[in-house]
Amino acid sequence: MAGTPLEVHVVAADREVWAGEASMLVARTVEGELGILPGHEPLLGVLAEGEVRIHTEGGIILAKADRGFLSVENNTVMVVASQAELVA
Amino acid sequence: MGAQLRIYRQKIKSAQTTKKITRAMELISASRIQKAQARMAAAAPYTRAITRAVTAVAVNSNVDHPLTTDVADHRRAAVVVFTSDRGLAGAFSSQVLREVGELTEKLTTEGKEVVYYLVGRKSVSYFSFRQREWERDWIGGTDRPEVETAAEISEAIIEHFLRDYDEGGVDEIHLVYNRFVNLVSQVPTVLRLLPLEVVEADENAPAPAASDALPLYEFEPDASDVLDRILPVYVENRIFASMLSSAAAEHAARQKAMKSATDNADKLIQNYTRLANNARQSEITQQISEIVGGADALVSAK
Repeated sequence: MAGTPLEVHVVAADREVWAGEASMLVARTVEGELGILPGHEPLLGVLAEGEVRIHTEGGIILAKADRGFLSVENNTVMVVASQAELVA
Repeated sequence: MGAQLRIYRQKIKSAQTTKKITRAMELISASRIQKAQARMAAAAPYTRAITRAVTAVAVNSNVDHPLTTDVADHRRAAVVVFTSDRGLAGAFSSQVLREVGELTEKLTTEGKEVVYYLVGRKSVSYFSFRQREWERDWIGGTDRPEVETAAEISEAIIEHFLRDYDEGGVDEIHLVYNRFVNLVSQVPTVLRLLPLEVVEADENAPAPAASDALPLYEFEPDASDVLDRILPVYVENRIFASMLSSAAAEHAARQKAMKSATDNADKLIQNYTRLANNARQSEITQQISEIVGGADALVSAK
């Protein structure tokens, strides 16, 4: 199971901001930083201010998702916020 | 030129001018439908994600939340009306307003007081013409809804919903909007938004397969906090989805209305052209008979 990469979607209210595969995702929830690797248990978390770091083969992608939430299941991670965007 | 003929020519001119305008509007709407549909499609992943998350929390926990609790007797209801800003879209706005009328009647017979939130200039002018009260309105941008507007609306109605009845709060909230079914059909739809019943994200979305069964989620920090955050977002999303659907429906309705207006103008032009030809011909006939009659008179005078 750990061999398969994570499928990550970053979704804003009016569009899908980014979708792709990643080896790891680090997000800041209201309880602190949280790293997600393939095979993570199903999770629903509330995101705090800060950036979501998506580790892909091509490097790290930073996404902003204020006032959003994060859901993990079956190696699929959804980062959802009404206003989400990628940071450079 | 005879007076009759001149009038017909004028009418043809005027029908032609109208036709130019309606044709242009038809084409504009046709191109905007595509965009509106694309926006609906682009918003679908978000709707799906939110709905799934809300369902997950609802299924996995039995946390009571103010937004989902139903009070025993409903005494006041709010209706959010989605119309267009501009007219010339056939029955688009009036069919929503008719639906609102029916809903109001139903709620009133159930002994509820009804308050209104209006979106779109058409509903505002309908209400102010009839001197009916409304709570708040949003004008502008109905053909290109923004997330910010949806956020504003949801904030306002959630605040109103959470207020006590004695302080003017409402016990239920309904949305009335035109649902975009396809290019020729827009159905006025009533949706009870609050207290929440989690509904399928989109009426057109395929039913969830058995493999989509929700796993047991871990919540961070905990289920009620997650619900606290997600439910308002869900409400906002429902409103935004209604606005997008209504916008697409508006363009479709306008295209249809303008298409038939163009066809009517064509028919008018054809009819008036026939009448004008007729008038011209009879004028010529009369002139000839006058000349012949005059010549005859001259001959017989000799």
